[in-house]
Amino acid sequence: MKKVYKLEDLDCANCAAKMEDAISKIDGVKAVSVSYIMQKLIIEADEDKIDGIMDKAVSICKKIEPDCKIIR
Amino acid sequence: MSKKNKKEIIRLIIASAAFAVVFAIDKIIGLESVIGGKLGFLLPLALYLSIYLYIGYDVLYSSARNIIHGQFLDEKFLMAIASLGAFALAVYRSANGMPAEGYEEACAVMILYKLGEFFEHYAAGKSRQSISELMELRPDYANVIRDGVVVTVEPEEVKVGEIITVEPGEKIPLDGKIISGETTLDLRALTGESMPVEIKAGERVMSGSVNISSTITIEVESEFYNSTVGKILDLVENSATKKSKSENFIAKFAKYYTPSVVFAAVALAVVPSIITKNPTEWIYRALNFLVISCPCALVISVPLAFVAGMGKASRNGILIKGGSYIEAFNRADVYVFDKTGTLTEGNFYIASVTPESKRDEIMRCAAIAEYHSNHPIAAYIKNTYKGEIDTTFAVTNVAGKGIIAEKGDEKILCGNAKLLESFGIEYVPENGIGTAVYVAKNGEYLGSILFCDKIKEESEEVIAELNGSGAVTVMLTGDSEKIAAQVAEKLHLSTYRAGLLPADKVDEMEKILNNKSKKDVVCFFGDGINDAPVLMRADIGVAMGGLGSDAAIEASDVVFMKDDLRSISVLKKISKKTMAVVWQNIILSLAVKFGILMLSAFGLAGMWLAVFGDVGVAALAILNSMRIMRKERKNKL
Repeated sequence: MKKVYKLEDLDCANCAAKMEDAISKIDGVKAVSVSYIMQKLIIEADEDKIDGIMDKAVSICKKIEPDCKIIR
Repeated sequence: MSKKNKKEIIRLIIASAAFAVVFAIDKIIGLESVIGGKLGFLLPLALYLSIYLYIGYDVLYSSARNIIHGQFLDEKFLMAIASLGAFALAVYRSANGMPAEGYEEACAVMILYKLGEFFEHYAAGKSRQSISELMELRPDYANVIRDGVVVTVEPEEVKVGEIITVEPGEKIPLDGKIISGETTLDLRALTGESMPVEIKAGERVMSGSVNISSTITIEVESEFYNSTVGKILDLVENSATKKSKSENFIAKFAKYYTPSVVFAAVALAVVPSIITKNPTEWIYRALNFLVISCPCALVISVPLAFVAGMGKASRNGILIKGGSYIEAFNRADVYVFDKTGTLTEGNFYIASVTPESKRDEIMRCAAIAEYHSNHPIAAYIKNTYKGEIDTTFAVTNVAGKGIIAEKGDEKILCGNAKLLESFGIEYVPENGIGTAVYVAKNGEYLGSILFCDKIKEESEEVIAELNGSGAVTVMLTGDSEKIAAQVAEKLHLSTYRAGLLPADKVDEMEKILNNKSKKDVVCFFGDGINDAPVLMRADIGVAMGGLGSDAAIEASDVVFMKDDLRSISVLKKISKKTMAVVWQNIILSLAVKFGILMLSAFGLAGMWLAVFGDVGVAALAILNSMRIMRKERKNKL
């Protein structure tokens, strides 16, 4: 299942790349793209695991770019 | 401009002005001499440091926060180390009796960094804006009739089967069929086609088109996310997961770049210092390294170029499902075409009916058999048959051969020669050029209808252009050898295969793919009606005039919304330009970064230059990417 989330205050392209890399390593994530240009997180994952995955993604995001928020 | 941006600008102006004043006074009278003596350096330190803190406190704050999170290779952290290191170095020098200098540089680095960062954001924001202008086809609302009253709701809330009204000037929010009214539609946002289209009750309309002349009511046929606009938006906005090779290369490069530069910086600070016993000089050079250690320019500009390319393409009625296809299309050199509806118009007309005496009966049987089929020939028969069509026949489709329709003891066969042969029915072969449909009833041969199909007016020109560029052009068709040969000769195609069943087309595609060399890229162009498997199999599958068929959109990598082969040349131009910009950006930013790294290592570049290498290049690369979109306004493709 593909889901799209808006990101707020994602201020650096390299951070986006780092987030993408870290999120792609979460178990159950099939594909992920963190787009600095569109300020979006596009994630493809198993439907039943998505909540857990997103919780992890939020904490990764906080770690890499504390100002950036994932709008869920 | 956002509030945040305004605040930043004011802060940048104040800091730059303060810096200019302090710098001027320093150069004219020498701030060091105001207090004088051994502690003379304290005044310039205090002044420059306070400007530094004013402009850079947020950088310091977030780098401190990142350290707590264990992010040592964060660009802000490295920038903070570099600038604070420069201050520390200057203080160390001054305390050891050397002239008080270096404070202004440490301070300026932070101002320039912030300035560059601001431009970077501004440029990125601008490009985001131009891309979302593409999204202007998103309808804001729908006027739906519920319980006899018109209610304005979000397009997402409207269900299939509901009735909506669209006033002149409004966008059609959902796909559907007009139930009353007739009007003119502007399809420019969808197809790039500027000629308005006349449309009347009973016809289908696509969401995203603009109603020009009068009010229409529409019965909704698909929900928003399934409608034309919903699909386009989904394609363009969410295409980012299909990454091109150059994007992947950059992502990998970025991952190793920062750690390597930081490691080099540490080595540069330690090793030569021990040998030359001149640590301050080498530490200074190492700090320079840290300033250039962020791969931002590359990380932003390459994907941005692809997004800009996709944006530009969609303005021209071409949807691309990911950057990788732009990259691949630029190298495409084998062009495989389906014939019907792609090279030819797919609008058939009846050239002759043999024998003419049985015309009515032949047409009646053909119309019954083809009633449920969506083949272009079937559509033509249905539309031209004037009498009543009996729709109660049970219809069996024999793939690649034709249709059997049965009701009671009436059994109609309608299809090509192979169908009649398989039933052992004798027939009179049709010798004219075109597609022949043979009709038989209750085991007896009735006659044949000969259909002709016109070659599209632009086909010849487009094929000539492709042949001229050294590409191979191939045509696959289910039609007879005779028709195929005629079309292939007229268009000067490199080669063709005729008489193919849908499954054979996939095999032919496999053959082409197996025989190609590694660097060849094979694209297939089809209308998607029965060639979805081929679209999927090709390196790049292009669906033509594609919004009609869901399967085609699913299966293809590129969709031409306009049923026009000239989109090939347009897409070629766009992909060439995009790839040029991508490589310019990669080479520019790598050259500048490595150049400055080398200069810094030999002590030839100051921090001023290093900051340019960091944020300046990023801003340049963004501006360069935007060229892909901007040119369009001046000279339309």
